[in-house]
Formats: sequence, C-alpha cells, structure tokens
Amino acid sequence: MQEQAYKLVVIGGSVGSVGAVMKIIPELSPNFKLPIILVLHRSATSHNGFITNILQDKSPLFIKEAEEKEPVAQATVYVAPADHHLLIESDFTFSLDVSEKVHYSRPSIDVTFESAAQHYTSNLIGILLTGANTDGAEGIAEIAKSGGLTIVQKPETAEVDTMPQAAIKTGQVQHILTLDEVINFLNNL
Amino acid sequence: MQELALKISEEELDQFLKVIIKVYRFDFSSYSRESLKRRVNRVLALEKFPSIAELQYQVISDPDYFSHFVEELTVNVTEMFRNPAFFRALKEEVFPKLAQQKFIRIWHAGCSTGEEVYSLAILLQEANLLERSLLYGTDLNPQVLHKAKSGLFHISTLRTYSENYIQSGGQSSLSEYYTVRYGQALFKEELRRKMVYSVHNLATDQSFNEFNLILCRNVLIYFNRDLQDKVFGLFTQSLPNGGFLALGAKETLQHSNFKDYYTYLNKQERIWLKL
Ligand SMILES: C[S@@+](CC[C@H](N)C(=O)[O-])C[C@H]1O[C@@H](n2cnc3c(N)ncnc32)[C@H](O)[C@@H]1O
Repeated sequence: MQEQAYKLVVIGGSVGSVGAVMKIIPELSPNFKLPIILVLHRSATSHNGFITNILQDKSPLFIKEAEEKEPVAQATVYVAPADHHLLIESDFTFSLDVSEKVHYSRPSIDVTFESAAQHYTSNLIGILLTGANTDGAEGIAEIAKSGGLTIVQKPETAEVDTMPQAAIKTGQVQHILTLDEVINFLNNL
Repeated sequence: MQELALKISEEELDQFLKVIIKVYRFDFSSYSRESLKRRVNRVLALEKFPSIAELQYQVISDPDYFSHFVEELTVNVTEMFRNPAFFRALKEEVFPKLAQQKFIRIWHAGCSTGEEVYSLAILLQEANLLERSLLYGTDLNPQVLHKAKSGLFHISTLRTYSENYIQSGGQSSLSEYYTVRYGQALFKEELRRKMVYSVHNLATDQSFNEFNLILCRNVLIYFNRDLQDKVFGLFTQSLPNGGFLALGAKETLQHSNFKDYYTYLNKQERIWLKL
C-alpha cells in the first residue's frame, strides 16, 4: 500500500468490536509508533477501566482512556470514555463532549472520525469493524474525502455486518480486510 | 446528503465569534473549538441555512434568534442523579460535614434545566438537611433556568431517574417527590422553595456569595484551559476553607494553577476539599 506519512489510526466498532480489538491490539508490534484511538460503543454505565485493563493485560503498547485536554501522544492506544463524544482539537489535544447521542451512540464513531479527518487529513487511517448500526459510515467517507486511508472489516468475518456494509455503501472504502490482514497492514506501516 | 452538509471553517468561526462579541458582548472564543463547531454545524443543518452568512445575518439582526442560538450552542443535556456513585459519595462523605453548619449554601454553576439541583435537594431532604439549606442554580441561559424553576420534567425520563435515585442511596421512592399531570411530573413545592435560580455567566461575572459546596459538572469540558483557570479562581474566591468543590466525571483541577488550594476528598468521584 502507498507510502504516506501516517500520524494517527482511528478504529471504530460496535457489537463484537471489543472481541475484534482484543485480537488486533495485542498483535501489534511493541515498536508500533502511531497513536491509536478506539471508539467502541458500549453501555453508558460500563465500567470505564474495563476495556483499558483487559487490553493492557495482553498488549505491549501503552493503553489508556483519553482524557480531556490531553495531547495525542505517540505509541499510545487511547480508549474513548463511555458516555462522552471524543473530539480532537486543532492543537492535537482531546476534548470531550456530552451533547446529544449520534446514531443512538455516545461515544459516536462518526463524531471522532470526522473530527480526526479535519485535522489529520491525509495522515489519517480509519478502520471500521463489526457492528449493528450505521455509525461510522459517514466518518469513513469523511476520512476518504480528506485524503486519508479507509479500511473496513470484511463483512463476512464480522460478528454483525451492518456497520461495515454501511461504510462500503458510501463508496469511499479503499480496503476490505480480515482482522489478520488489518494486523499485518498496521505492522507493516 | 452528507456531501451537501454545510460546515463552518476555522476562519469563518473566528469571524462569527468576533461579531457576536461586538454585538452582544457574549464571548465564546474561549470555548473548546471542536465542540463549538459541531454545535454551529448542527444549527446550520437542522435549520437549513443556505450559507454561513445567512446564519450570521439572522443572529446579528434578531436578538430573540440570538438567545435561541445561544441555547443551541451550549450543550444542555443533563439528567437527575447523573452518575449515581457521585451522589452517593456526596451523601456519605460531604453531608456529614455540611451537617455541622448552621446554614448550608450550595451553588450549582451551569445547572441547565435543574435536574442536578432537584436531585441534591431530595437527598438533603432525606438527610434532614434541606430545611437549613439554600440551593443556588445559575446558568448563562435564561431559558433553561425558566424550565428549572417550573419543576416540571417529562415523565418519559422518570424511569431512568428512579433507578439512578435508588443507586444514589435514595431512601424511599422518587415518586414521593412529584405528582403527575398531563404527561409531566411536577416536583414538590417543599423542594422548590429551597432553590434560587439566576442568570450568571462564568466567563464574565463575579463571585456573588460564599458557599459550603459548589457543583460545576460537565460545564468546564467546554472551556479552554485559560477560561477553566479563570473559573477555578472564581470558585476559590467563593469557597471558605473547608468548603467542597465537585466537578464532572471527566473534569479535573489537577492541571490548574489553583490546585494547591485543594486536596482530594474523593478522587474517583471528583470531589475536592478547599484547604
Ligand atoms: C451539560 S450542561 C450541565 C448540567 C449539569 N451540571 C449536569 O452535569 O448534568 C452545561 C450547562 O453549562 C451552561 N454554560 C455554558 N457556558 C456557561 C457559562 N459561561 N456560564 C454559565 N453557564 C454556562 C450551559 O448553558 C449548560 O446549561
């Protein structure tokens, strides 16, 4: 795939996506340098440290919840906190927002993807995984239009394929990959 | 559809905010940019403005529209007993200290439609503290305060609120505190008479009293660092030593110049004690 100075990876998913990122993140090389942001739908009351802890247990990379006004740092995997939208400011810091849900979801994948696309433009990679609603499709389209790279999980391999299918329908998806191929792709950046 | 959506650019937003300051003396320039942009884009889409200039014209030429616009710009989303664990911590760790006071003053800064104020009033009532308490609810938006004063909340929300109430350590049933009519729940006068609502802008207005407890939850996340610090200064001025400051689940004093004036009472629930 083409050489480009990528600076950020955003990954979104809904139903089944915790399992999917549990496959991807632990397999990434300990030298993986790019920041990764995970926007995964879950219940508002879900224990905040849960995903962070189970991922940290298995991964060489540093995993943490994204905090208000924190700068986006290299070699870190950020988890979007439950019940907040996660935005990226023009100075590459995070900001949180408790406004209305988008696609019945907070955090919404579209919100983070669109905000990242705006500031990272062609230096962004967006990956959309399994899920039962259409959040993320517009975000993927926005990333592609801003010159970034877009990948979705191969629908046949997704626990629920609504989300990847909706993204593919936008006509803006560049690569349709299995989880193993996603891992390979990221490790070869 | 997405292709056609009108989106405000950084420069357009700058210019727009300047005009608003000039015409209305309302300063949104210290608000978190991305969130603000999303709010403006939302108005553009929902109200089908053909261009940014059109929206700007409407805002400048019509003060009534401007107040509606401010309401749309600021996020008012709130609920009763939001984060029950927080209310439980207030009840268990802060109330015993408040009980030592002859008179208890509480400030809900950025109270929106008042759900948080009613929640606290109910818990104070159950701890036999409401009688000597006064709860001040302030917000920059007069519309939300109007709603807060009315004590009317839509019944569709009550199921969640009842569950939250129980998880917060509520001792009876939330339905004890309201009567239902025409699809609305009217909260009791005995709660409402302990509340005072008034317009106050955290960005520009001064301290107006001294309080034993200040709650400012889910407001500061919309401000940039400088404005956050200014507001922490305001709170520090408005709290005696031994007073409490409570912030939202993702907000912190930790990066502020005022952090040395405080120590954690409960780190998890974001409650500080002023030293
Ligand atoms: C998300 S609500 C928080 C309501 C409640 N505290 C809670 O946590 O559920 C934020 C409120 O802050 C208010 N606000 C925003 N900027 C303000 C300012 N400069 N001064 C006072 N209130 C402000 C908004 O009008 C809105 O009602």
